[in-house]
Amino acid sequence: MADKTPKVDELEKGPWPSYVKELKRAAKKSKAAEDLLGVQELSFNDKVTHWKHGGIVGVTGYGGGVIGRYSDIPHLFPNVESFHTFRVNHPAGWFYTTKKLRELCDVWEKYGSGLTNMHGSTGDIILLGATTANLQPCFDALTEVGFDLGGSGSALRTPTACIGPARCEWTNINTLDLVHDLTMEFQDEIHRPRWPYKFKIKISGCPNDCVAAIARADFTIIGTWKDSLRIDQKGVREYAKGGMDIKNNIVNRCPTNALEWDEKTKKLKVIPQDCVRCMHCINKMTKAIRPGVDKGATILIGGKAPILKGAMLSSVLVPFIKIEPPYTEIKDLIREIWDWWDENGRTRERVGELIERLGMRNFLKAVGLKPVPQMIKSPRSNPYVFF
Amino acid sequence: MSKSDIGPPNFREMLPEVIEKNYGKWKYHEILKPGVLRHVSETGDEVFTVRTGSPRLVSIDFIRDLCDIADKYCDGHLRFTSRYNVEFITPNKKNVKPIMDEAKKLGLPVGGTGNSISNIVHTQGWAHCHSAATDSSPIVKALMDELYGYFTSMKLPGKLRVSLACCINMCGAIHCSDLAIVGVHTKVPKIDHEKVGAICEIPTTIGSCPTGAIRRHPDKEIKSVVIREDLCMYCGNCFTVCPAMPLADAEGDGVAIYAGGKVSNARKPPMFSRLIVPYLPNNPPRWPEVVDIIKKIVGVYAKNARKYERMGEWIERIGWEKFFQLTGIPFAEQHIDDFTYARETWRTTTQFKW
Ligand code: SF4
Ligand code: SF4
Repeated sequence: MADKTPKVDELEKGPWPSYVKELKRAAKKSKAAEDLLGVQELSFNDKVTHWKHGGIVGVTGYGGGVIGRYSDIPHLFPNVESFHTFRVNHPAGWFYTTKKLRELCDVWEKYGSGLTNMHGSTGDIILLGATTANLQPCFDALTEVGFDLGGSGSALRTPTACIGPARCEWTNINTLDLVHDLTMEFQDEIHRPRWPYKFKIKISGCPNDCVAAIARADFTIIGTWKDSLRIDQKGVREYAKGGMDIKNNIVNRCPTNALEWDEKTKKLKVIPQDCVRCMHCINKMTKAIRPGVDKGATILIGGKAPILKGAMLSSVLVPFIKIEPPYTEIKDLIREIWDWWDENGRTRERVGELIERLGMRNFLKAVGLKPVPQMIKSPRSNPYVFF
Repeated sequence: MSKSDIGPPNFREMLPEVIEKNYGKWKYHEILKPGVLRHVSETGDEVFTVRTGSPRLVSIDFIRDLCDIADKYCDGHLRFTSRYNVEFITPNKKNVKPIMDEAKKLGLPVGGTGNSISNIVHTQGWAHCHSAATDSSPIVKALMDELYGYFTSMKLPGKLRVSLACCINMCGAIHCSDLAIVGVHTKVPKIDHEKVGAICEIPTTIGSCPTGAIRRHPDKEIKSVVIREDLCMYCGNCFTVCPAMPLADAEGDGVAIYAGGKVSNARKPPMFSRLIVPYLPNNPPRWPEVVDIIKKIVGVYAKNARKYERMGEWIERIGWEKFFQLTGIPFAEQHIDDFTYARETWRTTTQFKW
């Protein structure tokens, strides 16, 4: 093979684990994977993609979950003539037993190219490269071992959450339970696209936002607390003794000057009503400072990538909400938002763009929320005001 | 008969025993060394996590290799992170070393914790996507080969998140990363007038253009569209909805580089990444121009930023004019915003540095 793909082979060198080695491992068992190496070499030479536009394929009963893909050079690489992708819904927090993973691998060895992405950006397990004929049998085998498809198209996409209570002391909510609950509740919305465009839900347990929920989800849930962060003075003194420059690197870096450090008594004080819960002091003094105990979440809305009207970060919608099963309040709010968006949204208009077009004012009314100052960075400066 | 709407496997059945037992009870954690974490519970239990890099695009045999390690040292459990890394979790400290050794045998680096460059969030590229203006896995591989030492150490001022998207759809976290690489086109789509009427919905196609460059064909007999070339900035969104408007071009396509974004709320609020290099050519298989400039920026940041400062915080403190000066990146007209909220990005003060 070495002489067939000289450019691709270059990428077997170097210390970082090589995806080319992975392609070659899969190619030992799969003609499609072998052809993919050839396609890659050709793309390196031609400097363009060799996949045809789009392709609508799927499995019975679902409108999404499979991304169709056809080669534009099937005469050269017949084994990737159809090379479709399954999005498979990952277990919350991306935790697996080896038993489940091996079952998944066995299914994919039988029906696909043996290539995967662990994982796609939205969170799904990506099974890369199945023929059209194999789609239904592969899907049947996947559900047999307990895996369902994730979302694609104008649907609810696979929701994701940070590791949360499973292994993080900072989480303020049960991220994994919430994401699993919402995923199960909204199976229909995930599998059968019916909206103006896609809709993503992401959940982070604290403002560190380890799943980038504020940037990558239309509906963003970020854990927070209402009372004071908890300071263990003994722990603080340990850090001071260990050489941490508490004044310069913690206190002076607090965005709101909510911290005071008494050099003499070695006491760190917080002014709770000034703290904006940014996590900096907590992050840097993991053993001495912890979030408060009156826990819940902030809900933000509208995050998305640039197309069409420019990139958006989610903005505050509900400053604080308690997060407890069965999560009725959150589910009701999500449904209200979908109703309004479905009714008013143009084709391929994300909810954030719709809010911008029709006005936050109208959106808040439609979903039954009162305006509060936490929603804005500053009031408007222009006088073009509606009454 | 196939089942449907069963959802994902229940995470509760996937958790290691020690995690289940201490679920929601964690007290604190520390980084023992690059790639190795220790979490301590209120119950007194502790767990050790070994984090390793992964190329993301992997074979099933790679997954089986991971399973072998997990079976041996982690009671048959493992997890992946939101940046594609693999985590082996064990309550036994004495398992840490053997897990690291086994990872090394497989060629997997241990690291990605603390103030490091962790894995690069990336997309499909020429391996699987029809709208890619560049490839993804090869650039990630070429970059991480060069940045390898930053993955396995924690010597940077702050975390440095690198991500890559192969077109301006920006799948992933491109718009909010410390450094981001984005595939860009620089040529206007070529319209296949014969096909547009047959395979595209014309109003959707017209509506897909952010700058309103697309109009109905002036000749009513021709069911197609035309593009005002002076308004087209080659985003390719019309091609996404209308296959008869391809714009990929071997010479015109390349990558742009953005810097200074973040999602975390620590200290400063989340920030968007900003354009710093408008265009570099595609140069497979190793994209040397891209690798060089990224290495350079990382070096300048590492040398100049203060402790805990993320790329964007550092740039905000010193000012963009200093950033361009220190990195030697030439400033061009493309850097100046001319889209919807452009005005907000111009300088409305006399405060600036020479
Ligand atoms: S987002 Fe917060 S709670 Fe979740 S894993 Fe990250 S630091 Fe922990
Ligand atoms: S969490 Fe942030 S805002 Fe609150 S005291 Fe700590 S550094 Fe200041």
